[in-house]
Amino acid sequence: MISKKNSNRPVGVIGAGSFGTAIANILAEKTEVLLFSRDPGMVKSIAETRVHRDKSIHKNITPTGDISYLANLCDVIFPIVPSSAFRSVLQQLSPYLYPYHILIHGTKGLDILLPGNKDLNTITSIDRENVMTMSEVIMDESVVVRIGCLAGPNIAKEMSANQPAATVVASHYDEVITQGINLLRNDYFQVYGNKDLIGIELAGVLKNIIAIASGALSGLGLGENAKGLLISRGMVEMIHLGKAMGGNVPAFLGVAGIGDLVTTSNSTMSRNFTVGYRLAKGDSLNTILETMEEVAEGVNTVQIAKLYANSHKVTVPITEVLYRILFEDLKVEEGLQMLMKFPYNVDIDFL
Amino acid sequence: MKSNQEGKQKIYKPILAGTQEWPVVRLSNNRKQLIEQISEEAFQKLIKVQRGHSLREELETTLYLEKLRIKKNPWAVDPEDDYSFWNKIKHELVDLVGSKDASSKEEEILRRIISRYANEIAGNFKKSRYKLAREIIKFGFKRLLNATRIGGFKAIFKNQYTLNDKIQIKGKAKQLRKLAKLGTVVMVPTHFSNLDSILIGWIIHVLGLPAFIYGAGLNLFNIRILAYFMESLGAYKVDRRKKNPIYLETLKTYSKVAIEEGAHSLFFPGGTRSRSGKIENSLKLGLLGTAMEAQRSIFTRHPNNDGRKIFVVPVTINYNFVLEAPNLIKNYLSIKGQERYYVENDEYSTSYKMVKFLVKFFTKGSNISVSIGHGMDLLGNYVDGDGNSIDTKGRIINTRHYFVSNGEIAVDEQRDQEYTRKLSEIIVREFHRINRVFASHLVAFTAFNLWKRQYYKLDLYDFLRLPEEELVIDYADFRETFIEIRECIFKLKKANKVEVAGHLKGNPDEVILTGITNVGMYHSKRPLLLSKEGKITTQDLNTLYYYHNRMDGYDLEKEF
Repeated sequence: MISKKNSNRPVGVIGAGSFGTAIANILAEKTEVLLFSRDPGMVKSIAETRVHRDKSIHKNITPTGDISYLANLCDVIFPIVPSSAFRSVLQQLSPYLYPYHILIHGTKGLDILLPGNKDLNTITSIDRENVMTMSEVIMDESVVVRIGCLAGPNIAKEMSANQPAATVVASHYDEVITQGINLLRNDYFQVYGNKDLIGIELAGVLKNIIAIASGALSGLGLGENAKGLLISRGMVEMIHLGKAMGGNVPAFLGVAGIGDLVTTSNSTMSRNFTVGYRLAKGDSLNTILETMEEVAEGVNTVQIAKLYANSHKVTVPITEVLYRILFEDLKVEEGLQMLMKFPYNVDIDFL
Repeated sequence: MKSNQEGKQKIYKPILAGTQEWPVVRLSNNRKQLIEQISEEAFQKLIKVQRGHSLREELETTLYLEKLRIKKNPWAVDPEDDYSFWNKIKHELVDLVGSKDASSKEEEILRRIISRYANEIAGNFKKSRYKLAREIIKFGFKRLLNATRIGGFKAIFKNQYTLNDKIQIKGKAKQLRKLAKLGTVVMVPTHFSNLDSILIGWIIHVLGLPAFIYGAGLNLFNIRILAYFMESLGAYKVDRRKKNPIYLETLKTYSKVAIEEGAHSLFFPGGTRSRSGKIENSLKLGLLGTAMEAQRSIFTRHPNNDGRKIFVVPVTINYNFVLEAPNLIKNYLSIKGQERYYVENDEYSTSYKMVKFLVKFFTKGSNISVSIGHGMDLLGNYVDGDGNSIDTKGRIINTRHYFVSNGEIAVDEQRDQEYTRKLSEIIVREFHRINRVFASHLVAFTAFNLWKRQYYKLDLYDFLRLPEEELVIDYADFRETFIEIRECIFKLKKANKVEVAGHLKGNPDEVILTGITNVGMYHSKRPLLLSKEGKITTQDLNTLYYYHNRMDGYDLEKEF
């Protein structure tokens, strides 16, 4: 039975990655779901085998390769695709979207819009108008205004196993938050609402930086003291950068901030953690990226965050060092030394 | 004056043949019915939303505030039975304690209060008086202009200058006329001077538009002459002393119903005049919200999409000289940083002072330009000539869809509020975009920042306290910086982020001279002067700060 509140229209999920599929499975317990993938082979295989990424697919899920069909049928859509593909997917979707659509995205990355022929390696300074969160991309590319995001400790593999997890649905609109809660909430998935859309998006995005660093510490074989130090200082760095980009402090202290940060920093399953871990083990970034099945958003985020922090005079030692490790061949051990020598020792300065 | 040569104003034909057709006339013909409708709607809303108080508490608070107002802050315009009305309410409330049908009695009292407020707020438009008032204004202004421009008392009956020469209308005038035929226009101008409402009234007439309704401070009705003109021009009364929820709800309902009935409206969304001289950067959402509500209500009542669409049209008014500037800025500086109840301090509290102000303005005021912005729907989407909302990709949007949930129009006040907030941000952006930079604004901006840079260690207040004699800039230095800043302005103009007055282009020496001669030209203490020795000085740093603020919000400070 579908509850009347959610109307009897199916809900759309765009992107059949591991997180997208996990969300589709949760949604499917309450409503019909259309799951879009742009890979026709994948659509076919999901439809025939009812298994995807080693997980079984709920009977209420119908895979589709037709994005206009999905937009016409669904008022509520969850776009969950990597940030690098997000804009092009939105451009594809946009002609079929209307102001009554609700879009709740689950992408923890940033989009970058640079003037003319510049790219991230040649530009020396960026402003807020060059960096967009996914909600801003949605606004930029479509007429949709009822926009929300999902962020929180939700590792796809654990969610698929029905282990307890939680998420924040952030939106300026009560309507979007209520819809999100109605659609997602179940006995093992707790859903919280938050009005600070940008803050929550940034919390989800920036924590990936710290997750890479945490993986690196782990790869070096370091213990819990080091991790505690990293997480708390990482938090401070997220908050400074987050504030500079338009978020408010409280967003970083909740489920989508601390909650997600602690989870990802401890999880060997997390992609970003894996990147850091393997870097510390001596793999090069290129080797790591080539062998990863899904995108680690953190790598791109480090690059943008470092540039943004430099342009706006925000002190971000961890991001700075990670940048040099990722893109300038600094050894992880040396990076750690640099951080330990960093001459800044005020504990809390953001409240 | 240079900007004089920017071209003769076009004469527009009225868009509606007779005043009988005017929405505001239709409203005033049905005044009684209208007030009943407003009262009923406001009553239903107040009953529904209790804000955590019982109705009795709401009534008692209102009674308390009203009695306080009558005692502490009575005005000439207040009705004679003000005291007795509220006294009666007081006794009735006392008698109700413990009574069986208390709640229905309380509702009856609430209705009475609402109806009193609605009657007070509602305008009393009379088309005969409108015509007369308009003619008087036209005639008077023309005479004054000619007397001063050509010189001598005799010139008072010459017709060489008309208001049209003095007031430039720029921007989307034609579109505005079209939109006023297609739907209901809500005009939202910037607010710098008390003259703005008269000026806008004039613009509306010149453009051939029917009269707009607008909320005018009740304090202005204390002045007889003004009261006469304003009532005639479609004003309804807003009493800023009354801040109780019952009054505010009635006021908002008035505006909502009037817009819904198709009356073109005028709000100054900044609330009061800009005291700092900055273009408004945050707006009051109350009245804007009534337009949102009206639009949703129209969509609900017209499921077939044949309801009138509401168009928001931002307008900026650009002055070289704001008569009230020295007072406004003093006021701004003294209240900045502390939110406190602002007691309206009027520059002209009597008819005499008012007339004096007008005379001064029209004899002394330099040219004014009014920029009319692109028409938008209530979500801030631009509309085309047919009133269709267009998205950034050039596709048509059905505005109705913004109010739809699960396939039908749904009432969601939080969503409306959020839409209103979004709209206000877009209006602010449009203000900055259609603002026309005058040479006078730019010289003030340049000089102020050059001095500010020189004393970068001082905070604003200490800086403003510097003795004016110490502030001198060499013309050559000034010229160099001015040219740089002007380049930035041209770049902004190219990026479509600001408009530029024609006189700003061309030989920099001439432009600087035009600017310095015009900026605050008739203040007794001039904000900027150019000495014969080629030094730039000021006589009043505060006023210079005021005119400099006009260029705030373009991120130009970083050039210094």
